[in-house]
Amino acid sequence: MRVYPAKPKTVYLYGTCLVDMFDPEAGLDAISLLEQQGLEVIFIEKQTCCGQPAYSSGYTKEAKSVAQSQMALFDEPWPVIVLSGSCGGMMHHHYRRLFQGDSALAKVEQFCERVFELTEFLVNVCRIKLEDKGEQTSVVMHTSCAARREMNVHVTATELLGQLDRVTLKEQAYESECCGFGGTFAVRHPNISQAMVEDKTRHLSETKAALLVSADWGCLLNINGAFEYQGHSMQGRHLASFLLERTGGK
Amino acid sequence: MSSANHISAKNAILAKLRDAKARAIPKETLGYPVWQSHDNELIKQRFIAGLLASHAEVSCVNASEIPKTLARVLNSKGCEKVIVGDANAEQGSGEFFPAILEGAHRIEVTQFDCEFEALKTSLFTEFDAGITHCLGGIADTGTLVLWPDIAEPRTLSLIPPCHIALIKRSTIVSNFAQMMTLQAWQEKMPTNIVLVSGPSKTADIQQTLAYGAHGPSQLVVILVEDR
Amino acid sequence: MSHTFNGPENIHSQAKAALDDPQLRQNFRGAMDYLQDKRRSAFADPDEESKIRELSEAIRQRCLSKLPELLELLDANCSRNGMVVHWAQDETEANEIIANIAQQHQAKTIVKGKSMVSEEIELNHEMAKLGIECLESDMGEYIVQLDGDKPSHIIMPAIHKNKQEVSDTFEAHLDDFTPTVDVDELIQTGRTRLRQKFHDADIGLSGVNFAVAETGTLCLVENEGNGRMCTTVPKVHIAITGIEKVVEFLSDVPPLYSALTRSATGQAITTYFNMISSPRKSGELDGPLELHLVLLDNGRTQAFQDEEMRKTLQCIRCGACMNHCPVYTRIGGHAYGTVYPGPIGKIISPHLMGLEKTKELVTASSLCGACGEVCPVRIPIPEMLQRLRTEAKNPPKPDAIAIEGQASASSTLESLAMKGFAFAATHPKLYHTGSWSATKLRGLMPNKIGPWTQCRTSPKLASNTLHQLIKARNKRAGGES
Repeated sequence: MRVYPAKPKTVYLYGTCLVDMFDPEAGLDAISLLEQQGLEVIFIEKQTCCGQPAYSSGYTKEAKSVAQSQMALFDEPWPVIVLSGSCGGMMHHHYRRLFQGDSALAKVEQFCERVFELTEFLVNVCRIKLEDKGEQTSVVMHTSCAARREMNVHVTATELLGQLDRVTLKEQAYESECCGFGGTFAVRHPNISQAMVEDKTRHLSETKAALLVSADWGCLLNINGAFEYQGHSMQGRHLASFLLERTGGK
Repeated sequence: MSSANHISAKNAILAKLRDAKARAIPKETLGYPVWQSHDNELIKQRFIAGLLASHAEVSCVNASEIPKTLARVLNSKGCEKVIVGDANAEQGSGEFFPAILEGAHRIEVTQFDCEFEALKTSLFTEFDAGITHCLGGIADTGTLVLWPDIAEPRTLSLIPPCHIALIKRSTIVSNFAQMMTLQAWQEKMPTNIVLVSGPSKTADIQQTLAYGAHGPSQLVVILVEDR
Repeated sequence: MSHTFNGPENIHSQAKAALDDPQLRQNFRGAMDYLQDKRRSAFADPDEESKIRELSEAIRQRCLSKLPELLELLDANCSRNGMVVHWAQDETEANEIIANIAQQHQAKTIVKGKSMVSEEIELNHEMAKLGIECLESDMGEYIVQLDGDKPSHIIMPAIHKNKQEVSDTFEAHLDDFTPTVDVDELIQTGRTRLRQKFHDADIGLSGVNFAVAETGTLCLVENEGNGRMCTTVPKVHIAITGIEKVVEFLSDVPPLYSALTRSATGQAITTYFNMISSPRKSGELDGPLELHLVLLDNGRTQAFQDEEMRKTLQCIRCGACMNHCPVYTRIGGHAYGTVYPGPIGKIISPHLMGLEKTKELVTASSLCGACGEVCPVRIPIPEMLQRLRTEAKNPPKPDAIAIEGQASASSTLESLAMKGFAFAATHPKLYHTGSWSATKLRGLMPNKIGPWTQCRTSPKLASNTLHQLIKARNKRAGGES
């Protein structure tokens, strides 16, 4: 189990490329949540992408150069808060692997130790206490595979929702099963990916939850796109936006 | 294939492996979490529960009750012909042979006292049950440990449709690792050791459990109190 | 239905066929749900589970770290015990060894216990060419062989069929069989026919689960008793195994055995654990008179060369990775077109068959990690897949030996795209101009973008990027102060 530091004064935000282009509001909402915790949030303008697309396709050298450029942006010893379990897993877990046998490994490991996914940071470092100001509702949450298996943060995301008094968390069948996104997997093996996302959307909609939330935009691109294609009204939102809205910060 | 080929294949494989220059990892110091108890009653209970769970039948008896218990089992299973080990073998486990012969005296008993080939066909077609001793038992999983020998060959517990096993309570230990270590198996491995946990079974068709796949379809354990 | 086994090159069409077969989908989902439940209850205590996995991984890594020495010790001890030990570099050599033994005994029939290595060398097919019949005796393998098919799972070979389909198979191939969906009756049918085969066979052939170097002992794990039959009844027993199955000490066996059965079928123990150290000795009355051990390389030394890929060889063949794999659950074992399907198959097959044939296989994973999470010897399967993808795209590193099929998936176009991506991602100005223009031009996003939109609408870009929103926010904040 990971050992968490004491709450700092300042943090970096790592927005991720998907939030940047598809749901920038979620980025602002995450900043608000962190600021409500009394933190100063620094957004480094030059940040781009964690390099996962190259890494998972087997372009290790390219991924390594991207990793190097991203790490160089975050000099101060402040925590780096990532708005996705998947990119968090890349930066916390796989950056180490990219630099195995490299003289920079020790420095890379120090960086990796500073990387936190948003929900784990809110729960385990900020010890956040949410006050639910919304109406009674029900949600179902999808956790990305990296968030669950590399970062172990499905626990913290669930805990955050549990703090909301008037929100009922519904559990879908095969909750821990992959939605079929997997980056280039979805286009390289479209039929298998389709079978997976069709099962996922069915299991989610069968809960009859009013809302779908997730802390990963990769999965949401996949799931939301499939729901819309099926003519289903369910559309997932980033957990940060949902939390901010429930606590009256929006 | 010539022996030259054999040597070259061996050398080629070993050369490739050595090329990798793997660094030998020393023996780990990690513990093995496995069920263990010093309470003889608990050990007995777990042993029996495990066997029952894997569909075996268990009777607990005193040594003097073996003949009548065996007679009852043979009668209830409708056994007319049974095969047992060689009561006159010079070596091997045979403590209960007199009791076995007494218990089976009403039916036809064959002793396994010749080469397998002479008995092979009858083993497949004639005998209703095979009766054996056990080297010991494993409480953790409800397992019999058979150590076949000259007196009690391997096929006794394998080919007849019912296997009746006699086991002394004092030979039951907590777990498999413990039995190996206590008896220093690594110094004296016999031709064959078999661990038996229930009658043969399979779930190969639609995950549905069926007993009597290829080996015995019934396992009867007579647990002899000797403590 | 018989499944043609075209190979991993055709995984796309094979997967499509499987996905379009609702009965097959239902059979696999049902079976995987069952096996997942069984494993879950076998490891009820997570702390115990993690200790067992940690220990099993350590044992396997230690044994592999001494592999050449342990193989020599195994050879010496098995030979001393009276076995004949053979070494085979590939399937051809292995088949030659077995054919020679069979011919020395004028054998007409070989009755087989379950052995995935024998599938690997296509033993049945090769022996048939020489007029030697190989008969599968594991119930699942027997059903599959009647169909002229291949196993779809490494421990449950006929898992793709339901009981009605098994009855149909029996009806098509067996005389005097009355169709039934009673599983006991189906099993009794197999039992009756196979007992005669055990009785008659000239040679018994089996795999090996653990080969103990210290004592020269072969350990076999099974429930049915066919493994014991094959290794006890015929006059000759041939055991065949991959060179990685060797363990150092006898005491390494209990924890690995427990990890294996609990991970595979959720059993605390199997019905039989058969430990064979020698052929029939003088004075003993049964057991085979001759016992041969065939040690097969077939690509394993290649995996061994590299410290990271060596972990592939830790595998104890429990099948838990496939039981928990969302891809395997949906496409089943045959679609992979390899002897070993599922996640473990994706990382072993490239060493057995080369990366050229298996390059599509290593991409057929979302890297979800469900396999690595349940692996009893903690093989980091997703990392192995990432590594193999890298090897498939790139030439070997300067100090490394090329693996078979190295760089066979390299594509100039994709490589350019990835280099372009890396260039942009390391040049923020260029990158942000790109994302900025994408959001500005979002109206131009096509409705159909390749295979993505075969079941999804195209992604909806926001009207501004987070970078722009933050700039605006900071400007406002600056203006207010």
